[in-house]
Amino acid sequence: MPRAEPSTSQTALLAALRCGDEDAFSALVDAHGAAMHRVALTFVRSSAVADEVVQEAWLGALRGLDRFEGRSALRTWLLAIVANIARTHAVREARAVPFSSLELAPVAGSEHEPALPTDRFQGLDGRHPGRWVSFPMPWSTDPDHALLSAETGKLIIDTIADLADGQRIVITLRDVEGWDSAEVCSVLEISETNQRVLLHRARSKVRAALERYLTTESP
Amino acid sequence: MSAEFTCQEMVEVVTSYLDEAQAPDERQRFERHLSRCAGCTTYVDQMRETIRQTGAVPREESLPPALRERIVAQFRTWRRG
Repeated sequence: MPRAEPSTSQTALLAALRCGDEDAFSALVDAHGAAMHRVALTFVRSSAVADEVVQEAWLGALRGLDRFEGRSALRTWLLAIVANIARTHAVREARAVPFSSLELAPVAGSEHEPALPTDRFQGLDGRHPGRWVSFPMPWSTDPDHALLSAETGKLIIDTIADLADGQRIVITLRDVEGWDSAEVCSVLEISETNQRVLLHRARSKVRAALERYLTTESP
Repeated sequence: MSAEFTCQEMVEVVTSYLDEAQAPDERQRFERHLSRCAGCTTYVDQMRETIRQTGAVPREESLPPALRERIVAQFRTWRRG
């Protein structure tokens, strides 16, 4: 079966798509489709809606081919399209639920939500206010222990799933998908500062979950 | 010279540190504290480990076949249009 050569340049690929080359299109779907689907699932919780979002994104990409100027990588361009469509759907989904909205900005007051409980540090009446009461316990490095196990992965996935929308979306794009902060800010239309607050809260909670798991003796 | 970070402040600015988003003097204060504090060194190592572990969670690496088929079918329709 003829396939797009790995060496095929972006320009040649775009030309093939415009000519209706199905093999070129299938290769593109195989290269980026799964990542687009994961991004859609980050924003919307229903897998049926995520499927719709991904289909809509591919159609949008095909219709917008002539506007793709090659300044960004094709992958970045496709992921931005799917993220924008998914965000629109997620906002609509959230509006359908009374008293709910997609919280992309940090919730008011959450900048005071501490990374760790305040009792982990000495209070103002302590000898050294703000210093650790006791140091964090180093995590087990025993290769048989959980650090390498599938359980750790599940714990991380479950912890992320329970986060507020903004925190969940930002940590997924940054740390699971590996986007840089500029890409995340641009797609979510939030400031660098907001993005960092959300990431910080999310990472602190995932670390805390790992800490509870990795420093608790097995029963 | 600005005041040194406390441990409690360190755990709140660690994300800015790891993103290299701090002003130079803040970064110096952060690193100075780190060089003298085993507790914060452990904490920063655990944040790095958390990021590494989060980046290693299993991910769906291919599209559900039915969805892939619908996307390709949609391409055929688009091509005719």
